[in-house]
Amino acid sequence: MRHILSVLVENEPGVLSRVSGLFSGRGFNIETLNVAPTLEEGLSIMTITTSGEEAIIEQIIKQLRKLVTVVKVVDLTELKAVERETMLIKIDADGDKRAEILRIVDIFRCKIIDVSPEDLIVECTGDTGKIAALINMLSRYGIKEIARTGTVAMRRGMQ
Amino acid sequence: MELSGARILLESLVREGVEVIFGFPGGAVIDIYHQIPNYPIKHILVRHEQGAIHAADGYARAKGRTGVCLVTSGPGATNAVTGIATAYMDSIPVVIFTGQVPTALIGNDAFQEVDIVGITRPCTKHNYLVKDVAKLAHTIKEAFFLAASGRPGPVLVDLPKDVMQAVCEYAYPKKISMRSYNPHYEPNPRQVKKVAELIRQAKAPLLYAGGGVISSNAHKELVWLAQNFRIPVTATLMGLGCFPAHDPLWLGMLGMHGTFAANHAISNCDLLLAVGARFDDRVTGKISHFAQKAQIVHIDIDPTSIQKNVPVQVPIVADCRLFLMALKKELEICVSEKTCPPQSDRWIDQIVEWKAKHPRRYTPSDTLIKPQFVIEVMNKLTKGRAIITTEVGQNQMWAAQFYDFAEPRTILTSGGLGTMGYGFPAAIGAQMAFPDKLVIDVAGDGSIQMNIQEMATAVCYGLPVKIVILNNGYLGMVRQWQELFYAKNYCATCLDASPDFVKLAEAYGAAGYRITDPAKVESTLKKAFANGKTTIVDIAIDPEENVYPMVPAGKSLTEMILV
Repeated sequence: MRHILSVLVENEPGVLSRVSGLFSGRGFNIETLNVAPTLEEGLSIMTITTSGEEAIIEQIIKQLRKLVTVVKVVDLTELKAVERETMLIKIDADGDKRAEILRIVDIFRCKIIDVSPEDLIVECTGDTGKIAALINMLSRYGIKEIARTGTVAMRRGMQ
Repeated sequence: MELSGARILLESLVREGVEVIFGFPGGAVIDIYHQIPNYPIKHILVRHEQGAIHAADGYARAKGRTGVCLVTSGPGATNAVTGIATAYMDSIPVVIFTGQVPTALIGNDAFQEVDIVGITRPCTKHNYLVKDVAKLAHTIKEAFFLAASGRPGPVLVDLPKDVMQAVCEYAYPKKISMRSYNPHYEPNPRQVKKVAELIRQAKAPLLYAGGGVISSNAHKELVWLAQNFRIPVTATLMGLGCFPAHDPLWLGMLGMHGTFAANHAISNCDLLLAVGARFDDRVTGKISHFAQKAQIVHIDIDPTSIQKNVPVQVPIVADCRLFLMALKKELEICVSEKTCPPQSDRWIDQIVEWKAKHPRRYTPSDTLIKPQFVIEVMNKLTKGRAIITTEVGQNQMWAAQFYDFAEPRTILTSGGLGTMGYGFPAAIGAQMAFPDKLVIDVAGDGSIQMNIQEMATAVCYGLPVKIVILNNGYLGMVRQWQELFYAKNYCATCLDASPDFVKLAEAYGAAGYRITDPAKVESTLKKAFANGKTTIVDIAIDPEENVYPMVPAGKSLTEMILV
């Protein structure tokens, strides 16, 4: 099963390689990984999506906690959390395809952020399902390039 | 007080109570060596950096304190890597200081530059590159704190040359706290109560002790529990010495080369108390058949060890000693008031029967020297009280099986990584820790040649370390596997052209003996152990003797090949 782990780490050189080395060295699998600083100086948050059986996920979480530079690990899968990913996608859009593409972009509530005679760049934000659906819809027009941030996630507020 | 980085390092080592460092100099660490004579720290100059790290490791295991090793940048650092990985696999507290090229040159492929922090990331508990002299003292304090606390392990500190030369105000932190590192020592009281209850109800309980009992100094508490509740004890290679081998409750080592009684006890117990052990594949055999009839209680300081290989019913993250103390408190009342349900004799009788049916044994010989006989003689001469280090392979297993370890910290062996060449430098470290004790390296003719250069170190410092070479002319353990599982295809395991070890010893200025007659084993060993000198005893053993019992890889513990 797919899990989203939120990992609070000391923001120091080598911390990314400690985490990624742990995954590769122990044969764990990383699907996406995203790192950015937090408001607290010296701390960064990593969002890692991984998949495996429960026992493997338990090992991954324990092994992450064992790293000296890791402050906290939360498995967001078990909590009510929202997740988002942003993708930039460049599509072949010359001639009469263009109108159709624009309609799809509109339906997905995405934005065109760059236009040229041959192609368009679309910015799309959503969960993994929406991103996959958009790629699926646009693939017939010819995708030239894709850049994705990987998943970020956050626990919902109390309701 | 303003000090250079080199002096900050040495000043800090003194404050950490470091008495001895094992090292080898080089360009990147000359500034440190320049200052060593000004500090009350003994430096042992080895002949190869692998020797330095193993010696620091041997010192740490024997003494129960953090070992320290100092090597230069580049090849000095990479030569230490095998020893770092050895200490990491066996959870031994060592702090390794490596020289590094000046900070301005880092990343430039400078002379003797290597990214040792990158290289050792997966085989250290933690590591540091110190880029600013102002952070040096704090980093050293953290390194020593990390190495010895929680689950111990090696910590590496990489020291660029310019940082050693730079000057700053020195203050050594008294205490340290890290927001991202808080090892959990105290057991959960509810879990302790649960274990107490399980022990009261168990009909066939068994203690399975590992290296955690040694590193947390929990042997006395373990003995109390075993003796008061008549719980038989088996141990891993790393746990040997945690329970006196002469006690009737002692089963011997378990696992691939474990005793018949220990392996059958594992397979038939109804309560397995795993204390500071990690269910290594060499211990469990076929995992699906391991301790099938038992409820398993697992105590370990490291949460990652728990539920890693074997599902357990009662997981407890705690220091082994604190757990056993809490358990003792829980059980004491029923011991003193004699209200514990009396344990039936059936389980103990069963154990006695297993022990009698297949005791440890070998086929004696009047003409060939049997390696097991050599260990028995050593055992007799030293009454199980010498510090034994081993190399890796058959020599290691025979020492583990046939020497009756009476005390903890008396067997120093590379259990996890299985590093040939470990035993001799480790013996040097142990002899530095205990100058008056008898320290014996049980070696093979293969592994001793992996760090034989340390003969010069031992002789130079007058260390009366004894090397007993069980010489069979083979890389014996691999040959044994080839014999049993690879159609006797002895490819690359026959050691032709080994040196004359007696002459070699003499060339180094040490004493050398060679034994070929079983009748001379005892008298020669006696002489060798009493001569007060670095000594090699080269013993020609039965060349095709095997280590038994043996559980073939992938088989269950009861499918043993017996003698």
